[in-house]
Amino acid sequence: MRILALLKRIIHQMVRDKRALAMMMVAPLLILTLLHYLLSSNTVDPRLGVTGVDETLVSQLKDKDIIVKQYDAQANLKQVIKDDDLDGFLQFDGDHINLTLINEQPSAAKALQMQVTQAIAAENAKEQAAKITTFIQTIQSKLQGAPIKLDQTKAPAISTKFIYGNEDTTFFDQLSPILVGFFVFFFVFLISGIALLRERTTGTLDRLLATPIQRRDIVFGYLSGYGLFAIIQTLIVVFYAVKVLDIMLVGSLWNVIIINLCLALVALSLGILLSAFANSEFQMMQFIPIAIIPQVFFAGIFPVEGMPEWMQVIAKCMPMYYGGDALVSVMYKGLGLSDIGIDLLVLLGFALVFIVLNVIALKKYRKI
Amino acid sequence: MSASISIKNVSKSFGKKVVLNNISLSVEPGQIYGLIGPSGSGKTTLVKLIVGMDRPSEGLVHVLDTPVPNLNLLQEIGYMAQADALYTDLTAEENLAFFASLFKLSKKVQKERIAYAADLVNLTDHLKKRVQDYSGGMKRRLSLAVALIQDPQVLVLDEPTVGIDPELRQSIWAEIQRLKMTGKTILVTTHVMDEAEKCDRLAMVRDGEIITSGSPQELKEHYGITSLEEVFLKAGGEKK
Ligand SMILES: Nc1ncnc2c1ncn2[C@@H]1O[C@H](COP(=O)(O)OP(=O)(O)OP(=O)(O)O)[C@@H](O)[C@H]1O
Ligand SMILES: [Mg+2]
Repeated sequence: MRILALLKRIIHQMVRDKRALAMMMVAPLLILTLLHYLLSSNTVDPRLGVTGVDETLVSQLKDKDIIVKQYDAQANLKQVIKDDDLDGFLQFDGDHINLTLINEQPSAAKALQMQVTQAIAAENAKEQAAKITTFIQTIQSKLQGAPIKLDQTKAPAISTKFIYGNEDTTFFDQLSPILVGFFVFFFVFLISGIALLRERTTGTLDRLLATPIQRRDIVFGYLSGYGLFAIIQTLIVVFYAVKVLDIMLVGSLWNVIIINLCLALVALSLGILLSAFANSEFQMMQFIPIAIIPQVFFAGIFPVEGMPEWMQVIAKCMPMYYGGDALVSVMYKGLGLSDIGIDLLVLLGFALVFIVLNVIALKKYRKI
Repeated sequence: MSASISIKNVSKSFGKKVVLNNISLSVEPGQIYGLIGPSGSGKTTLVKLIVGMDRPSEGLVHVLDTPVPNLNLLQEIGYMAQADALYTDLTAEENLAFFASLFKLSKKVQKERIAYAADLVNLTDHLKKRVQDYSGGMKRRLSLAVALIQDPQVLVLDEPTVGIDPELRQSIWAEIQRLKMTGKTILVTTHVMDEAEKCDRLAMVRDGEIITSGSPQELKEHYGITSLEEVFLKAGGEKK
């Protein structure tokens, strides 16, 4: 029942600490909203200057949503591109083709380069086809007898199917499940870690340990107290993401909540554990770049399979790796509980290890 | 019954630094035992060994015939730390209620003890106030109230009257005397000599060693001086 006493106290404290409460409940929503609008905003059509390019190619480029501007031959391309705010310049000089790209944003430049190359290739193919036709016709006219019929190859229509997502899925749809999990992880880590740290630095932990409370009761008291707020936070974040931001959720909402609760439990026990190695709030913050930020990298935003062997090993030590995988599986791929079972078990395993370590770490403050 | 607190040949070092060196003392039930010594002499370290927050490097500590550390024993030890350890974002009442609920006490007894302890330190009117709005003396008094909350047999008070005005100090000492009458054993640390006068027995601590001990009267007679302050200086001098 000492756990209950601790739980009650933490609720009292938390309800009074409006800032911490706001940080836990509102901050993730703000960041999520911002990212949502940033990542799903429309891309701007690229602007391409051209010179010596024939009309058919120009109209092809225009079909690809490229804004084409015709120029006379230009001497100083760099200046023109800068002055007229172009993304690239295409120059036909006899047989020679020059494409100059501003490359302010490599990904946009690559996309433009690809579109231009495709358009030119298509144009060439058409010309080639026309030439072959005239060639055959010429030969035919020189031959006697019935004309050989030339079958026109029709361009095959490709119909694309998507196993996960659809043609409208954006990067944000794949990213958002990871972000939801990460925010839950991050804020729970911070709040619980700093709370136990404060308990230690103000001496109340010592005072607490001068009562007959067991060390594990303290750990479980903390877990239940901050766990309660983590549950509320998880519910708010998940509902907001799904209902308000309309983030893609193919699988079950309940599974999403279960995954996030497991993540919160890991964050909670990790936060409390790391706070034992910090002597001030600032030192607690220093754990963020070491213990928290790398979690994002391995959560599935960058494909882990492509990483070097040793980095894959690191990835497998990160709770967010499993959390991210489970969340993407449910929210994006629509998989069920049986597919994320392993992920959940690993997460619970992390939590269990951290909890045991916590109970041991408290020995530093009281030997029994 | 044997001694309430018994310390035998206790030494404590942190790394290479020896903080307590072969200390032995015993406190009889119903006694007020004073530990007096300058800053850094090791009083708090000794107190923490008695409560069981730390283990001695050598030697044995027994409280109520039970080897320390022992969790159940903490039910019978009321500890007032030197630094106030209170939840400043909670009210005084919530602090008391929280600590009360950590002990084996029925709900009804908890209520009674909270009222009793608050009244004892004159904080009944300020129970609803948050501790962050308390003055230093009020916090000290609340810490004392927390130490008394479970009605323990043994009280260990680390400089209980620091930052408390003379009038209240009087009343706190009066209460310590009254607690003694009810059979409680009290160990106090202090560096104020006039408080030392009020103890039944005194141990003077210096550099981790007990330089002399006895009742205030005995000490004065032994050294042939009338003030404890001089006893302290003289005993310390002889040691060197
Ligand atoms: N955890 C620790 N690690 C290292 N040294 C310590 C530790 N705790 C106490 N000390 C050292 O032990 C010595 C005695 O400290 P202690 O707090 O017991 O003194 P004190 O008699 O209570 O002093 P004061 O009257 O100022 O409270 C000091 O020199 C202190 O630096
Ligand atoms: Mg001290």
